[in-house]
Amino acid sequence: MAYKTIVEDNIDILVAGAGLGGTGAAFEARYWGQDKKIVIAEKANIDRSGAVAQGLYAINCYMGTRFGENNPEDHVRYARIDLMGMVREDLLFDMARHVDSAVHQFEEWGLPLMRNPKTGAYQREGRWQIMIHGESYKPIVAEAAKKAADKVFNRICVTHLLMDESKPNRVAGAVGFNVRTGNYHVFKSKTVIVGAGGASNIYKPRSVGEGAGRVWYAPWSSGSAYGLLIGAGAKMTQMENRIVLARFKDGYGPVGAYFLHLKTYTQNGMGEEYESKWFPALEEMVGKRYLDVEASHRTHRPIPTCLRNHAFISEVNAGRGPIHMVTMHSFQDPHLEEIGWHNFLGMTVGQAVLWAATDVNPKYENPELTTSEPYVMGSHATGCGAWCSGPEDISPPEYFWGYNRMTTVEGLFGAGDAVGGTPHAFSSGSFTEGRLAAKAACKYIDEGKAAGIRVSDEQINRRKAEVYKPMEHYRIYRNEITAGSVNPNYINPRQGLDRLQKLMDEYAGGVTVSYMTNEKLLNIGLKKMKVLEEDLEKVAAENIHELLRAWELKHRHLTAESVFHHTLFRKETRWPGYYYRGDHMKVDDENWHVLTVSRRDPQTGEYTMEKAPCYHLVDAKDDA
Amino acid sequence: MPTFVYMTRCDGCGQCVDICPSDIMHIDTTVRRAYNIEPNMCWECYSCVKACPHQAIDVRGYADFAPLGHSVRVKRDEEKGVIAWRIKFRNGEKDMDLLAPITTKPWGKHIPQLRDVPAPTQEQRDSQLLYNEPKYIRFDDGGLHTLESNGLKMIKGVEGY
Ligand SMILES: Cc1cc2nc3c(=O)[nH]c(=O)nc-3n(C[C@H](O)[C@H](O)[C@H](O)COP(=O)(O)OP(=O)(O)OC[C@H]3O[C@@H](n4cnc5c(N)ncnc54)[C@H](O)[C@@H]3O)c2cc1C
Ligand code: SF4
Ligand code: SF4
Repeated sequence: MAYKTIVEDNIDILVAGAGLGGTGAAFEARYWGQDKKIVIAEKANIDRSGAVAQGLYAINCYMGTRFGENNPEDHVRYARIDLMGMVREDLLFDMARHVDSAVHQFEEWGLPLMRNPKTGAYQREGRWQIMIHGESYKPIVAEAAKKAADKVFNRICVTHLLMDESKPNRVAGAVGFNVRTGNYHVFKSKTVIVGAGGASNIYKPRSVGEGAGRVWYAPWSSGSAYGLLIGAGAKMTQMENRIVLARFKDGYGPVGAYFLHLKTYTQNGMGEEYESKWFPALEEMVGKRYLDVEASHRTHRPIPTCLRNHAFISEVNAGRGPIHMVTMHSFQDPHLEEIGWHNFLGMTVGQAVLWAATDVNPKYENPELTTSEPYVMGSHATGCGAWCSGPEDISPPEYFWGYNRMTTVEGLFGAGDAVGGTPHAFSSGSFTEGRLAAKAACKYIDEGKAAGIRVSDEQINRRKAEVYKPMEHYRIYRNEITAGSVNPNYINPRQGLDRLQKLMDEYAGGVTVSYMTNEKLLNIGLKKMKVLEEDLEKVAAENIHELLRAWELKHRHLTAESVFHHTLFRKETRWPGYYYRGDHMKVDDENWHVLTVSRRDPQTGEYTMEKAPCYHLVDAKDDA
Repeated sequence: MPTFVYMTRCDGCGQCVDICPSDIMHIDTTVRRAYNIEPNMCWECYSCVKACPHQAIDVRGYADFAPLGHSVRVKRDEEKGVIAWRIKFRNGEKDMDLLAPITTKPWGKHIPQLRDVPAPTQEQRDSQLLYNEPKYIRFDDGGLHTLESNGLKMIKGVEGY
C-alpha cells in the first residue's frame, strides 16, 4: 500500500480521542507537565467531535458545594441508588469533589450558564443538573485543549495501542490512520489517556433505512474507548450494565428538562398513571433496599432509572401503550414552551425537525415516548468501562494500584466513557476525569515509571499490515464479481454492522425481545460472535472512509463480545428495565452484590471473569 | 435527519467536510460540490449546516418516519456570540424564531495558557488538587473533600449500603 508512515516520537502524553474526557486531559496535562510533549489524536475534528458535537442544554453533574447545595457524598449516594448499589464509590466521590471546579472554569471561559435570579446560584433543572446555553460547549473546551497541546492530529482513527516490548503489560503509544490522506500514523508515547467514547449502534436501532443514524448516542460513538482497551488486555468492569433510555419517540429528544424543569409527567394510552402499578411486584423482585415506594415518597429518594423503564416497558407489553408525555399543561406557559424547544435545539435538533415534520405541537398534543435500543457507555446513567485505580486518599487496596484512573495496563489511563463504575459523570464529570487522569499520568512519568520503553519496527509494521488489511482484501477479491456488493469472499462494513446489531438484538436483549435474554441465548450469541470475528478478518473496505467504518465495526465487535461475557457471568437481573436474565429474574444480593471484572487475553482472545468487592461509603441516608 | 446540499449555493469550499464528526460530507469529484455520502450515519447534528458559509446545506426529515414539507434552519454567529433558529411546521401553522447565546466571552481569550502560569509546587503535586483548586471548588473554606473531612469510610459489601 502506498500510504506514508508518519512517526510522532517522544510523546509524553497521548490523548486518544478528544471529546469531553480527552479535552479535559489535554488541558490539565499542560499544567502538571509544562515541559511535557502532549499530543491529541482524534478521529474527527475536535471542534465538533464526540457526544457533545451538537451541544448540550444542561450540565448534568454539578454539586453546587459553594452554594451549600450538595456535597460529594450526596452524589455518591444518588448514583449508587440509581445503579442499584453497583458503582465504584471511590471514583465517584473523587469525580464529585472536583467537578465543580471544572464547571466554574467553563463559565470563566465563556460558556453561558443560566442563573437563578432569586438565589444567585446556577439555574437548577434538578438536584444535580444546571441549565446552560450549550450550543458551543464543545468548541469552547476544544479551544482549551488546542491551547494546551503541542500538536492536534484531527481525522486520525486510532486502531490499536502500542505495547512496550521491554516490560509486559505496559503501554507504549498508539497507531492509526488518517481518514483523509490514508497515511499510517505511529505515536510513540510514554502514557496514553483513552477518551474515545462509548458505543451506539451495537444493538439494532429502532430506526431503519435512511434513518438508521437517528440513535440517541452519536452514531460515531463506536465503542473505541472499549475496543482499544480490551484489545490491549485491560480489565473491564460493569460491561453488562448497558443503558436503555426513555426518550421522545423517533427523534430521541431528551426528557430530563421536561420532567425536572418543565414539570411534565407520563401516562399510558388510556390517560392513566401507570408507573406505581408495577412497583409492588417489582419490589419483590429487587428487594426493598432498592425500591421502597413509601420511603421514596417521604424523602424524595429517587427511584432508579432502570426500574422506571421497567414500568414503561411492562405497561407497553401489557397493551396499554403508547406512553405519552403530558406537555399540554406546562406548554401553556410561553416561557416553558420556549425552553422546551430550546432544549432540543441545544442538543437533539432532530427532535425539533421531527415535530415540525409531523406537526406535533406539544401545546395542544401530548407527544409519544419510547424506550431506546441499548447503549454501552460509562458516563451517563450507566457505568461500563475499564477497571481503573482510584486516588490514594480514598480507595481501598483492591481499588488502588498507584495512579488515579490508570487501567490495569501500566501507563494506560481512561476518562469519561472509558472508565468503568462511574455513572452520572456526564459531560462535566468526564472532563473532570480527564483532568484527574492527566495529573496522574504526569506523576507516572515523573516517577520514572515510563523508563526504557521499546517499540520494534516489527510491531509497527505488523500493525500496519493489519490496519490496511480490509483495503487489501477488497483489492484482491473485488474483480471476482461483476458489480454490486455481494461477494463470496467478503462483507463490507455496513453488512458486518447489520449482522452485529441483529445478533446483539436477538441474543443479548435488544428491543425486539423486550430486553430479555438467558444463558442459552447468550451462549448461542457468543458462538455467533466468534464466527463474526472470523468474518471481520475478511471485511473489505473500498476506500479510506470504509476503512474507518471497518475499524469502528471491529471496536464495536470487541465491545459487544465483552457485553455478552459480562451478562452471562452475572447470574441475576440486577437492572430490570435495562435488561432481564429470564433464567435469573431476581436481584441476588447474597451472591451478586459485587462488581464484575473481565479480561480478554490479547493473544488467545479468551475471557477470564472475576468478582470484585463492592465498597460503600457508610451512612446511607434515606434522602439520597 | 440527513443533510443534502443545494447545487446552486455550494461553492465546494469544504468547510462542511472539515467539520462533520461522522466523516460523511464529501466533495463529489465530478460536480466539485459537497454531498452527504452516507445518510444513514448522519445524526442531524447540524455541525455542517452551521459551518457552511453559504447556507447551502439543509436537512430533510428521515424517510422512515418524517413526512416532507417542514424546515428547521439555523444561523450561528461567532462574532456576535448568538445562534438563531427558525422552525416551520409542515402544515404552516407554526413558525418560530428562537435565539440563544453561544458564548459570553470572545473565543479563547479567557482560557489560560497553562505553560505560562507559575509551575506547581511539590506540595501541590503530592496533593489531590487539580489546577487552580481549591479556588475553583469552594470559595468559602477552601478545603478539598476527603472521606475523613466528610466523616466517611469505605466499607465492604451489602451491609455498608
Ligand atoms: C443526546 C445526548 C444528550 C446528552 N445530554 C447531556 C446533558 O444534558 N448533560 C451532560 O452533562 N451530559 C449529557 N450527555 C452526555 C455527555 O455528552 C457524555 O457523558 C460525554 O460527552 C462523554 O465524554 P467522553 O469523552 O467519554 O466521550 P465523547 O465526548 O463522546 O468523546 C469521544 C471522542 O473520541 C473520539 N474517537 C472515537 N473513536 C476514536 C478513535 N478510534 N480514534 C480517535 N478518536 C476517536 C470521538 O470522535 C470523540 O471526539 C449527553 C449525550 C448525548 C449523546
Ligand atoms: S448533520 Fe452532522 S452528521 Fe450529518 S452530515 Fe452534517 S455534520 Fe455530518
Ligand atoms: S460548507 Fe457549504 S459551500 Fe462549503 S462545501 Fe460544504 S456545502 Fe459547499
